[in-house]
Parts: sequence; structure tokens; C-alpha cells
Amino acid sequence: MTSSTDAQPVFTALGLTKTYRMGEVEVQALRGIDLELYAGELIVLLGPSGSGKSTLLNILGGLDVPTRGRVSYLDHELSGADESELTRFRREHVGFVFQFYNLIPSLTARENVAAVTEIATAPMTPEAALELVGLGNRLDHFPAQLSGGEQQRVAIARAVAKNPAVLLCDEPTGALDSTTGVRVLEVLEQVNRELGTLTVLITHNAGIAAMADRVIRLSDGSIAEIRSNSDKTPARELSW
Amino acid sequence: MRALNRKLLRDLWHLRGQVLAIVAVIMGGVATLVMSLSTYDSLVETRERFYAEYRFAEVFAYLERAPEPVADRLRAIRGVERLETRVVAGARLEVAGFDDPITGRILSLPDVGEAGLNRLHMKRGRRVAPYSSDEVVLSDTFAEAHGLGPGDRVAAIISGKRRSLEVVGVAVSPEYIYQIAPGAMFPDFKRYGVLWMGRTALAAAHDMDGAFNNLTLTLARGAREQEVIDRLDQQLARFGGTGAYGRADQFSNRFLSEELKQLQTTATIFPTIFLGVAAFMLNVVISRLIALQREQVAILKAFGYSHLAIGWHFVKLVLVVVVLGVLAGSALGAWFGQGLAGVYQETTFRFPYLHYRLNPQVVLIALMVSALAAVSGSLFSVARAARLAPATGMQAEMPTAYRATLLERLGLQRWFSAPTRMILRHIERRPLKSLLTVFGIACAGGLMMVGNYQKDAIDFMVDVQFRQAAREDLAVTFIDPTSGRALHELRALPGVDHVEGFRDVPVILRHRNHEYRSSVYGIEPAGVLHRSLDRSLAPVRVPPEGIVLTDHLANNILHIQPGELLTVEMLEGRRQVLQVPVLGITRQFLGVSAYMQRDALNRLLHEGNVVSGAYLAIEPGREEAVYAALHERPRVLSMVANAAAIQSFYATIGEFVLFYNLVATLLAGSIGFGVVYNSARIALSERGRELASLRVLGFTRGEIAYILLGELALLALAAVPVGMLVGVGLVAILVQAFESDLYRLPLILTSANLALGATLIVVATLFSGLFIWRRLGRLDLVAVLKTRE
Ligand SMILES: Nc1ncnc2c1ncn2[C@@H]1O[C@H](COP(=O)(O)OP(=O)(O)OP(=O)(O)O)[C@@H](O)[C@H]1O
Ligand SMILES: [Mg+2]
Repeated sequence: MTSSTDAQPVFTALGLTKTYRMGEVEVQALRGIDLELYAGELIVLLGPSGSGKSTLLNILGGLDVPTRGRVSYLDHELSGADESELTRFRREHVGFVFQFYNLIPSLTARENVAAVTEIATAPMTPEAALELVGLGNRLDHFPAQLSGGEQQRVAIARAVAKNPAVLLCDEPTGALDSTTGVRVLEVLEQVNRELGTLTVLITHNAGIAAMADRVIRLSDGSIAEIRSNSDKTPARELSW
Repeated sequence: MRALNRKLLRDLWHLRGQVLAIVAVIMGGVATLVMSLSTYDSLVETRERFYAEYRFAEVFAYLERAPEPVADRLRAIRGVERLETRVVAGARLEVAGFDDPITGRILSLPDVGEAGLNRLHMKRGRRVAPYSSDEVVLSDTFAEAHGLGPGDRVAAIISGKRRSLEVVGVAVSPEYIYQIAPGAMFPDFKRYGVLWMGRTALAAAHDMDGAFNNLTLTLARGAREQEVIDRLDQQLARFGGTGAYGRADQFSNRFLSEELKQLQTTATIFPTIFLGVAAFMLNVVISRLIALQREQVAILKAFGYSHLAIGWHFVKLVLVVVVLGVLAGSALGAWFGQGLAGVYQETTFRFPYLHYRLNPQVVLIALMVSALAAVSGSLFSVARAARLAPATGMQAEMPTAYRATLLERLGLQRWFSAPTRMILRHIERRPLKSLLTVFGIACAGGLMMVGNYQKDAIDFMVDVQFRQAAREDLAVTFIDPTSGRALHELRALPGVDHVEGFRDVPVILRHRNHEYRSSVYGIEPAGVLHRSLDRSLAPVRVPPEGIVLTDHLANNILHIQPGELLTVEMLEGRRQVLQVPVLGITRQFLGVSAYMQRDALNRLLHEGNVVSGAYLAIEPGREEAVYAALHERPRVLSMVANAAAIQSFYATIGEFVLFYNLVATLLAGSIGFGVVYNSARIALSERGRELASLRVLGFTRGEIAYILLGELALLALAAVPVGMLVGVGLVAILVQAFESDLYRLPLILTSANLALGATLIVVATLFSGLFIWRRLGRLDLVAVLKTRE
């Protein structure tokens, strides 16, 4: 699963700039990012707090739009797309996993996944998705009855159940201890390997970078370094 | 504390939508209170002033005729301060260009100088010149209704003789603030007039030279009214006195007092309902609003703020909202109050001036009730949040525990999509909150129905009274009781279809220690025009040898059952006191009366075939001819036409009802919208995170709106029938509260009114839904993901 320059990139970003204006003050969250991400890659996004990681991920996922520059998904132009196009894009192609799980408390694990598969075009069954993250025996439990790690795995199942082309994870292990975190990463790795989903993973934990195909390091809104990992470490062997 | 105050202002700004909605709720409740109480206070105050300024008498008496020197003996009665004699004559009036019958009442004024009692407030023109023979002063209502003023002429038929009179002035008397023709149901300013003439001129016309047939007096300080009345009655007995009475029984004053009592009930019951509902909603809304600030409470505690300081902070927030609401409500209420008092003054309480008065206590009550409801609601939530250790409070709240709903456990889950399940589970998880929301929305619908109930009730009452019970076109009263042969003459008039004679006698009805001054009507047992109605409003025959009483008179005033004996003191003729069995109860919404068969009543009076008047049915289109023919008969004292009475009644109260409906609709609407919008808005705050997460997952705005608004719609739907029940309950309370001998409200709710209550709920829900829809468009997806709950 290494990058191949002749294949069409999934995401292409050109001079991506994001500026937040708060009264007098302008915050440059992204300053001209050029980037290509390919199918099946597992990308880890590193960088100090405030360097623009989440901003970049949100723009790729269609949650936000750039101030300047262009970003496209395959042949779809994302910069300049309107709200309903972005909603359709998220619905059909993107799976999200967040630091705080964001499960629907009033739905069971199975139903949290079903909430997404019900509106997807070619999803797997909720049961299969939960089986994939090792929760096949907790189908009918509500979020309140699950641990943090288990909730995060439900969130992953929910994200992958619709067979998305890309999986975007913002600090998925941020709220978890090391052992549970590794369990979650194993699931992401497995999804990436078995389903070939382009996976972008934000972390503060440089150790996690070892499991990536490519590591992108952001600094003050610009790409400081892109490093290819020829020798990936399986998630199981990570610890921090 | 400065930073906290800034937080307070910023919170208020941030919550401005909800603040406005809560202000609307408080405003609705407070405005009703202020409007009603200030109107009542103003009218009571105005009445007291007017009575004092124009020396309204305290005891009144009519007699057949007494020579003037008798007055000096009466003045000597202990307890009499000032006594004045008068001549009073019933008359028929004629105004050029108006063909309907007009009943008049002419009172004498001293030949020289101003009256000492019951003085006139001159609105226009001047008083009658000394010893003038043909000058009159008109009551303002009559003058206004006909556009008459100084210089115009009217004709009066007094004791059968027609006289032409010159109008010299227009006046208001404390004795005739409320004017209604004898035997009429409603005031009719066009067809009933009160006039004042010089004593000598009126005495000459009415055959009262050197005599009087009416007197009024004021009481000396400390005098006992009943003692004075008893002595007066003793002395007047041989002059044909019909029993002296105090202000409590004085016609105009009694009606004013009853109306004021009704108004006081309105002023108590409506605001209690409105403010009660508003306070309840305020409590619910505020407590939910503050519950959302849980994390902030924890943070403030972590900073080291005391519970007291934190509580005070939130109380301040709430108080700002309350004060805004009370101020807005008071201003609106005072404005409505002035309008309402004005409408009253035009229709019912014809005071020449009005002292509008807004008692500061009223505003204080409003402030206290609202503040209590709001502060208790907020403190409850703050206390709950403050009980948590700061660390727990700031931690992510454990996901709330949900479970499958009853419907799903019954195996119906495959019918529900995930969003539908979210709606059902959310409702079932917080049943109390859902119930309170349903109840709050229902209350708004109920208030709407209460506001519009009045018109339906009036329509119903008029229908029963004039299309079921008193179906005559015209009621004719003779100057004195007359031989029944007069009926034949009436029947012979061209245009008259049907005639039924009646006999009415003023009486005092007594049972144990209860008594009531009224009239007994002797009617035809098989009459088709004037009938007595049973419980289900079907006509029933009056039984031959007994008396039938209006339900209210029997049950609530005299406390007498059918079969028991009623003491009837006749106030006419030989003034017998008789025992008559009560043989029936008749249902009646307007006024109270006692009925007998005419023959039976005449037998009791030892009189033959005698009638006091007759009910006439007239061929449509022939009314004018019949009126004209009757005008020529000197023995006809007055004529009351039903159609005209109904019409004028609607004309006078129409404005009032319109005003009242408008206000009630406005207030119920503002409360309804405030409640529904707040419920929806708070639900959005509580669930914004969940909904944003769904948006991130690719749900469209419509799909998440379904989850939020679907729940609101479901609750609103449930609120529709509950609202109807609430409306019925509130109307039942009104019916109870408004029971009086003037009228009893029927417990009816038309389908139009039910629909109106439902419409309010639906419209308020739609509007709230629209606001929420717009807000959902501005949901910040990114921000939600950065923070935990
Ligand atoms: N809504 C916003 N308004 C103003 N500035 C913002 C907003 N969101 C982000 N920023 C700014 O943009 C910059 C990048 O933010 P971003 O959230 O992408 O950082 P990050 O790399 O994800 O940081 P962390 O690792 O702390 O999550 C920061 O300086 C931040 O203050
Ligand atoms: Mg971030």
C-alpha cells in the first residue's frame, strides 16, 4: 500500500489556505498546503497544538471550506461546493472518528451504526461492522453501558459501515489509555488493510507515526515534512 | 464580580431569542393582571367619586300618591339626614324620524334651584328654567343615540296626554348610570330614555299637584338603613308605598355593583389563570435553561465561588428577564386597561368622567409572582448542579442511559427508523419533561379557548332566551293592570298574529332566612310565545297551582326544593303575604324570575281576568303599522321589541367582545408562542451536539430537523386534545365564578372554538419550527467536535 504516482490521487490540495478573522486579529490556520493523498494509504498527521491539523482534516472531510486554494476529491471540486453538495459528499464517501466519540446516547450500538447505514448506498450490515471492531457481542448495549474504548470502537464501526472511501480520525485515542488506544488503532489498521480505505489519523503521539505509510508533519499552518515509512510497525507493537 | 456581570450580559445576549420568548410569556400573564385590576380599580374609584360629588341618595321609595306636607313628617324620622320628594312618571316618547316604540321615564326637578340629592352632571346645555312648562333635560345616552341636543324637541305621552317638550340640556345622573327599560333584558339607548322636567309642569301633566309619588333620602351618620326603611314603610303604607329600598336594591346601582362584581371576578380569575400558566411555564423553562449551565456552575465552583454567589449570579440573570417581562407586561396592561375602561365607560358604566388608576401594588404582585416562579425554577437547577463536586460537573457527563421504548419492546421496532427511535426514546426517557411540555403547550391552547368562549356563550344565551323562551316580537305593558278584554283589541290589530296576556306583580320572595326582590310573571300555561324551559331547554307547561322558579333563584338564592312552600309578599294592591308551593324549576341563563299561570296568580290576588301587558307575535314586515296603532292607545305604557333589543345589545357589547377577544388572543398567542418556542429552543441546546454529529456523518438538515421537530410535532399533537381538556376545565371554572343573578354562563364549547385552540397550538408550533429550522442551518459542526459535552 505505498503511494503510486501514476494512480489518480483521492485528495488533491493546491495552495490550501484557511484564515480565521476575529475582529482585528487574523489567524492563519493553514498557509498554502499542497498535498496529494492516495487510495489505501494510512496517513498520520503530526504537529504541535494549533498547527492546523484539525482544520486540514475538516476541510478534507467537507466540514469546512478553505479561504483560498483548491481541494478536490477524485473529480469533485470541494472548494466552492455548497452546503448540500458537501453533505452528500460526507454521506457517500467519508467516515469520521472523533476524540469524544460523539455517539447518539439514545441509540444502541447497533442502531448508532444503523443510523448511518440507513442513509448509505452500499453499506455493510451494522452487525458486520460491529463484528469488525470486535463488538459483535455488544450489539444492543446503549453508549452508557459501554466503556470509553468500546464507545470509540462503535464510532469506528459507524464510520466504516458505509464502506467509505476515506476515514478521517481526529485524535481517536486522545481520551483513551495506552492499552485501549492500541486496541482502537488495531481496528483502524485492520479496516485500512482489509477494506483499502484511505485513512487519515491525527495524533499528538509521535510513536503512533510508526504504523503509517506516510507521516505528514504540520507546523504553523504549513507542511514541515512528509516522510514515507518503508518499514511499518503493526499497531499491536506500539505503546506509549 | 465584574467579570461575572459581563458574563451575565453576554449570556443574556446569547440567549436573546429565549429571553424574548420568556418575556413574552411573563408579559402575557402580567398584562392580563394589570389590565383587569386597573380597570376594576378605576371604575370603583370613579363610581365612589361620582356618587359622592353628585350626592347619590341612600334610600328610595315609590308610592301611589301623598300630599306634600306628609314629607315633613317623614323628615322627622330618626336617621334621615336629607329627604326630597319628587314626581316620577312613566311615559312613551316620540322622536321625529324614529318609528320604533320608545319607553321613557320622567323625573321632576325642583322648580327653583338645584336638587339636593341625585344631582345632574350637565354635559351640554343648561338646567330647566324656573317654573318652565315645557323644558326638559335628557339623559346623555338617549340624547346621543338620537343625536338630540339643546333646541330639539321631543314628544311625551304622559298619563295618556301628548305634550311637546323642548330639550334644553343633556345630563348624567348618579341614579341612572345603568339604564334599562322595565321588563327589558339589555340596555337600549335608542328605545329607553330618562328625562327631567320642572316639578310643577310634571305634576300638572301627571295629576300630582301638591303631591308626590317618589322620595329619596340620605342617612344621618350612624343611622341604620333597615330601621329607616321600616319606619318609612309604616308611614307610607296608607299612601300606597311599594316598599322603600336602599342602594343595594336601587336599579342602576345594583346593576353596576353586579357588573363590578363580575369584573372583579374577571380581574381575579383571568389573571390567575394567565399568570398561573405563565408562572408555571416560566418555572419549567428557566429550570431547563439553567440545567444547561451545569458545566459553568462546576467551573465557577472550581474557581472558589460559594454556592450563594453562584446562586445569586443565576438569580440575577433570571431577574433581569423577569423585570423586563413585568415592565413590558405592565405597560401593555396599562394600555389595554385604559382601552378596556374606556369601552366599559361607553357601554355599561356611563360615568361622565373616568379616573384611570393603576395601583402600584398590582405591579408589585405581578413582579412577586413572576419572580417567585422564575427564581424557584432557577434555584432548583442551580442547586442540583452545585451539589456535584466541581470535577464531576466538568467531566463529560456520562452518556445518558436510554432503553428501548415500550412500543419497541412490544415488537414494533422494525417499523421505526433510527431517527424515529431517537424521537420516541427521547420522549420516553424524560417522561416528566415531555409531560410538562405537553401541558404547557396545552395551557396556551386552553387560554385561547377561554378568550373566545365569551362570544359563543353570549350567542348561546341570546338564542335560548329569545328563540326558545321569550319568543314574542313585542312586549306591551299597560299603564295599570287592565281587563283581559284588552287582549281582544290587540288581536284585532292588523298585522298582529298572536297575543298572549301576562300579569306581573312586584314581590319579595322568602324562604327561611333567604329573600329576593323580584316579580312574579303570570303567563299563559299553553303559551307559545313566552315559555318556561326545563333542564334540557325544552318548553314545559307551568303547573296550575304553584310557582316555577329559575334554577339559580331556587338553588342558589332561596335554597328551596320543588314541593316546598315559598312565601310570596305582593308589593302591589292589598299586599298579601301568601304561601305558594314551588312546583318546578326552569332553566334560564339571563336574569331570574318566578312564573305562575296567569289565572292562578290573579286568583291569589283576588282579581278576575286581569293583564299587566301582552306578548305579541307580529307578521314580518308589519311591525311599523303595529307600532303606529299601539302609539295611539293611551293605556299602553311601554313597548319592548325583541329584535331591536338583541340588535342593540350586540351593538353595545360587540365592541367590548371584540376588544376582549383581541386582547385574549394576543396574550394567549404570546404565551403559546413563548412556551412552544422555548421548548423547541431548549431541546435544540440540549441536543445540538448530537444533531451536529449526525450532520457530520452526512445527515441533511432536513433529516436532523425531523429528529428535533418530529419530537416537537409529536408533543404538540399530544397537546391538542389535552389543550381542549384544559380549555373545558378553564371554562368550567369561569362558569362557576361568574354565576350571578344577572346571568349564568352556559358550559358550551363550539367546535369553532375547539378548532381555534388547536390552531393556536399548530401555528405556534409551525412558527417555532421555522425559527428552529433556521437555527439548524447555522449549527456549528466543527465547534461541536472540538469540545466534549
Ligand atoms: N473557529 C475558529 N476561529 C478562530 N480561530 C480558529 C478557529 N478554529 C481554529 N482556529 C485557529 O486555527 C489554528 C489551527 O487550529 P486547529 O484546530 O487546526 O489546530 P490543531 O492543530 O488541530 O490543534 P490541536 O492539536 O490543539 O487540536 C489555531 O491557531 C486555532 O486557534
Ligand atoms: Mg485539533
